[in-house]
Amino acid sequence: MNLTQFAKERYAEAAVRARPAGNRIRQRWTEFLVEGMIQLSGVSTIVIVALIFLFLLREGLPTFLDIPLRQLFGGRWYPIEGLYGLWPLIVGSLIVTVGAVVIAVPRGLTTAIYLGEIAPPWQREILKPLIEVLAGIPSIVLGFLGWVALAPIVQSLGAPTGLTALTGSLILAYMALPTIISISEDALYAVPKEYRDGALAIGATQWQTIWRVVLPAARSGLAMAIMLGIGRAIGETMAVMMVTGNAAFVPELGLDMPLSPVRTMTATIAAEMGEVAQGSQHYSVLFGIGIVLFVITFAINMLAGRLVGVTVRRKGGSV
Amino acid sequence: MTRQHTQKIAVALITASAVLVVIPIIAVIAYIVVQGAGAISWEFLTARPRNGMTEGGIMPAILGTLILTLGTSIVCIPLALGAAIYLAEYAKDNRLTRWVRLAIVNLAGIPSIVYGLFGLGAFVLFMQFGTSILAGSLTLGIMTLPVVISTAEEAILSVPQEFRLVSQSLGATRWQTIRHQVLPHALPGIITGVILGLSRAAGETAPILFTVAAFYLPTLPSSISDQTMALPYHLYVIATQVPGMPLSVQYGTALVLLLLVLSLTLVATIIRTRMRRRRDW
Repeated sequence: MNLTQFAKERYAEAAVRARPAGNRIRQRWTEFLVEGMIQLSGVSTIVIVALIFLFLLREGLPTFLDIPLRQLFGGRWYPIEGLYGLWPLIVGSLIVTVGAVVIAVPRGLTTAIYLGEIAPPWQREILKPLIEVLAGIPSIVLGFLGWVALAPIVQSLGAPTGLTALTGSLILAYMALPTIISISEDALYAVPKEYRDGALAIGATQWQTIWRVVLPAARSGLAMAIMLGIGRAIGETMAVMMVTGNAAFVPELGLDMPLSPVRTMTATIAAEMGEVAQGSQHYSVLFGIGIVLFVITFAINMLAGRLVGVTVRRKGGSV
Repeated sequence: MTRQHTQKIAVALITASAVLVVIPIIAVIAYIVVQGAGAISWEFLTARPRNGMTEGGIMPAILGTLILTLGTSIVCIPLALGAAIYLAEYAKDNRLTRWVRLAIVNLAGIPSIVYGLFGLGAFVLFMQFGTSILAGSLTLGIMTLPVVISTAEEAILSVPQEFRLVSQSLGATRWQTIRHQVLPHALPGIITGVILGLSRAAGETAPILFTVAAFYLPTLPSSISDQTMALPYHLYVIATQVPGMPLSVQYGTALVLLLLVLSLTLVATIIRTRMRRRRDW
């Protein structure tokens, strides 16, 4: 090998080494930038939640400072006369939501049990997409059906009008069902197969296994399913606005309470925000209702989050 | 009663209850299809409303919903993808990560009408976008974030750890690994999540009530600072606000909205099933 050849090879080698070095610096920069952006979008979720709360406070807080508390929690919602009692709206939301929960929870849990424990695979293949379809139906479409088709049926039950708390509860129940079913099915799925095998091996029937072993093991997940279902029901707006009759007064306590028209917090915002002057007291009160809704759903989700924490920890301990 | 009897009764009751859940779903869809199919014609889909919206078509509302869905995806996808990659690949098990997860869970739980209030306060008034496609897309985009983040994160996590190890052992950096190994394999799952999220956004009414939706517009929107009509709000308007509206038009509008949203859901489901079948790990 002569000197020229040797030199050529050295140069070539140096070039090969140099290229990745140059790349590596650029790579490090790309890496740095990309990681920064990714981190930023992760953190942005916290910022967004904070911003939502801040903007609600900004527009709604004057309410709680200006209106005397006794009036705010009074029973009269007459915005035209400047009376902003939230009590009828809170009661309205409560009645409709409780009704929806009473209808949806037993059905949701049993359907989840059926899907997770009893149904053969081919039925699961059909049922699960169907429940996803239910989750996908826009609330306005269900509200519309409630308005034109369900209300006359409810009226024939003996109510003076078809637009009642019960109509709202029925529609809401079906809107909360997909949430309840899918989360409780996940909870059942997370119960180790060994638990079932063990129970069946010592002679328990399938039902005894489900009732005494599987359900207790999945209970925190099931509780979470119910809570998130409640959260879904409280926050629903359009369907409820269309079918509950929008009467902002507290119905009398009694068995026929579900058959009286009510008005929920969400429906009040949706129905009245379009007509108020920006910056007026009425406007501010509607944002105040938004704060109440935000706080309620926030609390529900924090509690549900706790429950998830419990399940994970327990699973971590047993494995 | 023996325990075998209890077993039989319990299973029968559970099955009956599941059937009772499923039948109304099928009934609702069938009912809207049957009642609405008659109203659907080429004119209904492509013409503008006439005569106080009682005649003609619903084209501006369909177009508006498509524009809003596009706007939603532009707002939502980059941010959601970033957050999902962060949670799946970068996040350490520390307080910040727990806060991010908590934030996402809470975003998912915030009622849609509260998003509407936020959009009104933040985008329409504070940033002075006015009631516009821009304000509506931002509101819907933020509302869609949690759905897309959680499905995309799941898709990324489902890519086997070995892929990452092999890629990094060949000298690839973390981002190169994610960009060239993880994301391509997670893509079908991510697309499923995005489509599902968009189908929800397309059907939402409450967030667009005060941020973009118009009762009736004689012209089509020409820029992102214009208002637009949208299918869900249009259905609300013609069902409750316009007296003397022919029922067939109402059912027809409901059917178009339902088909639009459900076809998106269907596409998402098909992509997911295919992906599961084709997966070779």
